[in-house]
Amino acid sequence: MTSERAFTLDDTEVEFEPGDSLLTAALASDRYIPHLCAHPDFSPHGSCRVCLVEVDGHNRPACTTAAQPGMTIRSDIEPINVMRRQLLQLLFVEGNHFCPSCEQSGQCQLQATVYTVGMTDLHYPPLGPRRELDASHPDLLLDRDRCIGCELCVKASSEVDQKHIFSLGGRGTHTQLIVNSEHNQLGETDMTPDDRAAHICPVGVILFKTGNYAQPTGQRLYDQQPISAIGNHRAEDVDLPPTP
Amino acid sequence: MTDITPINRKLRIATCSLAGCFGCHMSFLDIDERIQALAEIAKFDRSPLTDHGDLGQCDIGLVEGGLCNEDNVQTLSLFRRQCRVLVAVGACAVTGGVPAMRNHYSLTECLQESFINGVGVDDPQIPNDPELPRLLDKVRPLQEWIKVDISMPGCPPPAEAFVELITAVREGRTPDFTYSMRHFD
Repeated sequence: MTSERAFTLDDTEVEFEPGDSLLTAALASDRYIPHLCAHPDFSPHGSCRVCLVEVDGHNRPACTTAAQPGMTIRSDIEPINVMRRQLLQLLFVEGNHFCPSCEQSGQCQLQATVYTVGMTDLHYPPLGPRRELDASHPDLLLDRDRCIGCELCVKASSEVDQKHIFSLGGRGTHTQLIVNSEHNQLGETDMTPDDRAAHICPVGVILFKTGNYAQPTGQRLYDQQPISAIGNHRAEDVDLPPTP
Repeated sequence: MTDITPINRKLRIATCSLAGCFGCHMSFLDIDERIQALAEIAKFDRSPLTDHGDLGQCDIGLVEGGLCNEDNVQTLSLFRRQCRVLVAVGACAVTGGVPAMRNHYSLTECLQESFINGVGVDDPQIPNDPELPRLLDKVRPLQEWIKVDISMPGCPPPAEAFVELITAVREGRTPDFTYSMRHFD
């Protein structure tokens, strides 16, 4: 018998608590829905659209759609996965993602999601934007080439760290991560390596200047198991600043 | 990938490396002793592994590396014409890869840095021998010039991915690259 607080996700019943989104309820029931900009500690805003699901025949982001009794959700179906692959391809071509040389490779949520959803090529022409690299901070590096505009660092810096260091500036494909300082330089801020914002990036924009490439290929977070099995946020625990 | 029929004769395979590092070819050779079984079902056409110069009609064209000069473009166009299934092999062929990091700079800036102002440059001059192919303004993935039938990401793709690719084409099906074969690095 169907529970009063349950919906159907790919033919399986998922129970939810009042106030849950589809994504929150699914993850709490160990049912993975691919996502990038959603984080359990912050309010969702549905910007990356990777958590797209079919809700009673309509496409909706799972992170901003409230769970309702009796909903029929389809997630792991080819039409939805095709759209997810297209969204990931667009994220790839709008930035500069050089996976073979990236410090975050192997524990990058974008890369791991690409593997899980089955994207193998770019499909679209790379836009190759020119974005400023910021090495002004003594401990941290900003490589904007990899930014997917998820705003998790913006939220972490303002809501947890109370420092309001980051924001997104510009429009459309010209959107860039900007720093709240006189010259848009991270070194001018009071950001420290133990700030939440220093650990929240799902890709490789906010990096520590030392301790990278410490994990050999094959032993990195997503080398053995897909993100659907171990989740999105394990890397935040791994991504600790190196011991002096 | 569509329009593939099983092949009951020996496959003809051609390979080349454009703006790549030959790492993908090295990974292909990592199939180790399975190369004997491969020799039973396939024959190499033009390839750096055989040193054949001419490219005949082939079942599979394995193209490593992206496009960085005019010679790359001509070679890729020839491979597209002659190969029934054209495969973009590795990160550089699929996305441009590490060579595409020069796209952040103008071609003039790259040449100046490499041959005029770079550290340790002796007798600074930009090479201009007519035999040298002219460089493209940007390094580009194969898909920007021709239709790619199968993309095999990875830096390099593992040996198992090559085995699965060739087996799949022979059997007339789309390759099923498992999780351990799907890597962008």
